[in-house]
Amino acid sequence: MKEIKAHAGFPIAPVYGPEDVAGVEFDRDIGRPGEYPYTRGIHKHMYRERLWTMRQYVGFGTPVETNARFKYLMAHGQDALNVAFDLPTQLGLDSDDPKAEGEVGRAGMAVDTLADMEDAFAGIPLDRVSVSLTINGMAAPITAMYYAVAEKQGVAADRVVTTPQNDILKEFIARGTWIYPVDPSLRLVADLIEFSARHYPRSNPVSVCGYHIREAGCTTAQEMAYGLAIAAAYVELMLARGMAVDEFAPRISFNFTAWGKIFEEVAKFRAGRRLYARMLRERFRAVNPKSWMFRSLIGGGGSAFAMQEPENNIVRGAYIALAASLAGAQTMALPTYDEAYTIPSPKAQLIALRTMQICAEESGAADTVDPLAGSYYVEALTSAMEKRIEEELASVERMGGIVEAVRTGAIQAEVARQAYLYEQKIVSGEIPRVAVNCHVGDVPVEADRDVELYAFDPTAHAAQLARLERTRAQRDGGATRTALRRVAQAARGSENLMDPIMEAVKAYATLGEIAQAMRDVFGEHKEAVKF
Amino acid sequence: MKVLIAKPGLDGHDRGAKVVAHALRDAGFEVVYSGLKRTPDEIVRAAIQEDVDVVGLSVLSGAHLLLARRVVDGLRAQDASDIAVVVGGIIPPRDVEALKQLGVRHVFPMGTPLPEIVKAFRQGQTKEPR
Repeated sequence: MKEIKAHAGFPIAPVYGPEDVAGVEFDRDIGRPGEYPYTRGIHKHMYRERLWTMRQYVGFGTPVETNARFKYLMAHGQDALNVAFDLPTQLGLDSDDPKAEGEVGRAGMAVDTLADMEDAFAGIPLDRVSVSLTINGMAAPITAMYYAVAEKQGVAADRVVTTPQNDILKEFIARGTWIYPVDPSLRLVADLIEFSARHYPRSNPVSVCGYHIREAGCTTAQEMAYGLAIAAAYVELMLARGMAVDEFAPRISFNFTAWGKIFEEVAKFRAGRRLYARMLRERFRAVNPKSWMFRSLIGGGGSAFAMQEPENNIVRGAYIALAASLAGAQTMALPTYDEAYTIPSPKAQLIALRTMQICAEESGAADTVDPLAGSYYVEALTSAMEKRIEEELASVERMGGIVEAVRTGAIQAEVARQAYLYEQKIVSGEIPRVAVNCHVGDVPVEADRDVELYAFDPTAHAAQLARLERTRAQRDGGATRTALRRVAQAARGSENLMDPIMEAVKAYATLGEIAQAMRDVFGEHKEAVKF
Repeated sequence: MKVLIAKPGLDGHDRGAKVVAHALRDAGFEVVYSGLKRTPDEIVRAAIQEDVDVVGLSVLSGAHLLLARRVVDGLRAQDASDIAVVVGGIIPPRDVEALKQLGVRHVFPMGTPLPEIVKAFRQGQTKEPR
C-alpha cells in the first residue's frame, strides 16, 4: 500500500479506530464548543448564531478606484473589508519617492496622506463595517490615519472595529515588508497595541500570522508553532511594559491558511486552539476567558493554486472554504483563481465571494458546530498535530526563541529549506498536483491563458502624484513640521509613538515623512541573508 | 558558472528566489543571493563585483518590465552586457516577449518546473545571445 504522509510529516494510517484515540480525555482535551480549551471552537453555537465574516483582500491603484471596488463587493454581500496597500505604502515611501517607481498602486492601493484614507473610506460607515488593514512596518501611521478618518466621520472611538495586521515578526520571517531593525520594529508593534487597548477597545491591534510563513514554505505544524511563538513574544512584550495580560489579550487575533489536506487543516486549528488556550491560561495566567480564545481569519493560500488550467483553482478554493468552515473560522478570505497571473479581476473576486457564500448557505458545513469532532481520524490527527506543533515550538526555543531566531536568520533559513523540500516533492510527484505533476493536460501552459487579466492603469501613478502635490500645497506647513519634529523626538525617547503620529497624520504629514522621521532615529534593518 | 539571484524592487516574496538558488547550488553552480529590496544599481554593482555569468531577477510585484530594463541597461552602461539577465516570477504571458525585447535572455514565468530552470542554466540557454 502507498505510504501517505501529512504535510506535517507524520504518516497517515489507512484506517483509524477507538485504539487511536485511547489517550484522549474528553473533558481535558476536547470539551464543549465555547468552553476551555476550545478545541471545538470558541463559540457555543458557532455559525448558527453568527456566520463567519467574509473579507476579501482588496486594494489597487488609487484610493478612489479601491473605494469603488469596496462598494462593488459590499453590494454583493461582502460584510467587511481587508485593505491591500501598495509596496511603497507598506515600506513608508511616498508615491514620488524614486524607489517607488513602477510600484505605485501596483500590488495594492497607494496611500500618501490622510487625504487618501479619507477617499478610500468615503461613503463607507466605519461604525458598521469592520476593516482589516494589511499593514505591518507602517501599521502605526496607517492605523492612526484610519482612526482619524473614523473620527472625522463622527464615529466614537469605542465603535471603531479595525484589525491592523501589525505583525512585524512574520514580516522578517516571510513577507519582507520590514523597515527598521528588530527592536524598534517591536516597539512600534507594542505602541499600537497599547494605544489601541487604551483608546479603541474594539480594535484588534495585532493579527498574528502563520499564513505568510506557510506561503513561504513551512509545514502545517510549523505554521501553527511559529504563529503561537510570535503571539507569545507579543504577550511578553506587553507584559514587560507593565500591562496586565487581560488588558490586551482578548483583542489578539490570528491569520492562518487552510489549504492542503482538509482533515489535517481542521486538526491543525483544533490543536492550535487547545495549545493557545493552555498557553494563555497556564503560562501567562490570563483569567478572562476571552484572553484564551484563538480567534482566526482562515483562508488564503495562493500557493495552493496553480498556473496551469487556472479555472481548476475555483475548485481548490471551494475545498479551502470547506476546510476553513470545518475548522471553525471567525473570518474567511479566499485567493482568487487568477492569483497566479495577476491581481484579482472583479469577476474572480466575485467567484471567491460566491464560493464562501455557497459553502455557508448551501453545503450544510455551517449547520452544526465542529462537525468532525469524535471522528477517530480527526481526534487522532488533532493529537498528532498537537504533538508535532509542540516539537516545533521546542525547536524554536533551541534557536534562542522566535525573536532571536529572526535576528540570526535561523528561522528564515528553515522556512527556505522547507520550501525547497516541498518543491522537490512536487518534482518527484510525492505531493500530487493535478494538471501540474499528474493528469497533465495537453494544452501548453502558454496557450492556456484565457484568464481575464487586471489591466494595470499607468495613469493611476500620475493621479496619485497630483493628489500628493495638492495635499502638500494645501496643508499648514508649519503645523506639519512641528508634528514631525515631535515624532522624531518621541522616537529618540521611550514614550508611546502613537500620540505624536496621530498628530502628524492629522496635520497631513505624508507617510514617507513620518517613516523618515523614525528612520533617522532607528536606522534600517540589515537582513541576515541565508538560504 | 556563477549566478547572482537577485530581488530588485520592493517586493518581499523570496520563496521562489531561494528555491531556485538552492536548486542551482545543488546542481553545482556557484550561487550568490542578494537578499530583498535591492536597487537595480546595487544588483549591477554586485554582478560585476562577484564576476557572475548570469543574473537571475525574481519579481512578483508586477514591476518586472521597469526593473529588468534598469538592470539590463545598467550592465550595458558598465560595459558588462556579457553578463546575461534572466527573469522569473509572476510574469504574465503578454510580457514575456517584451522582456526579451529589452535584452532579457530567458523568462521563467510562475509555474515553470524547477528541473526546467536548472536545465536551462545547464544547457547555457540563459547565456545564449539573442
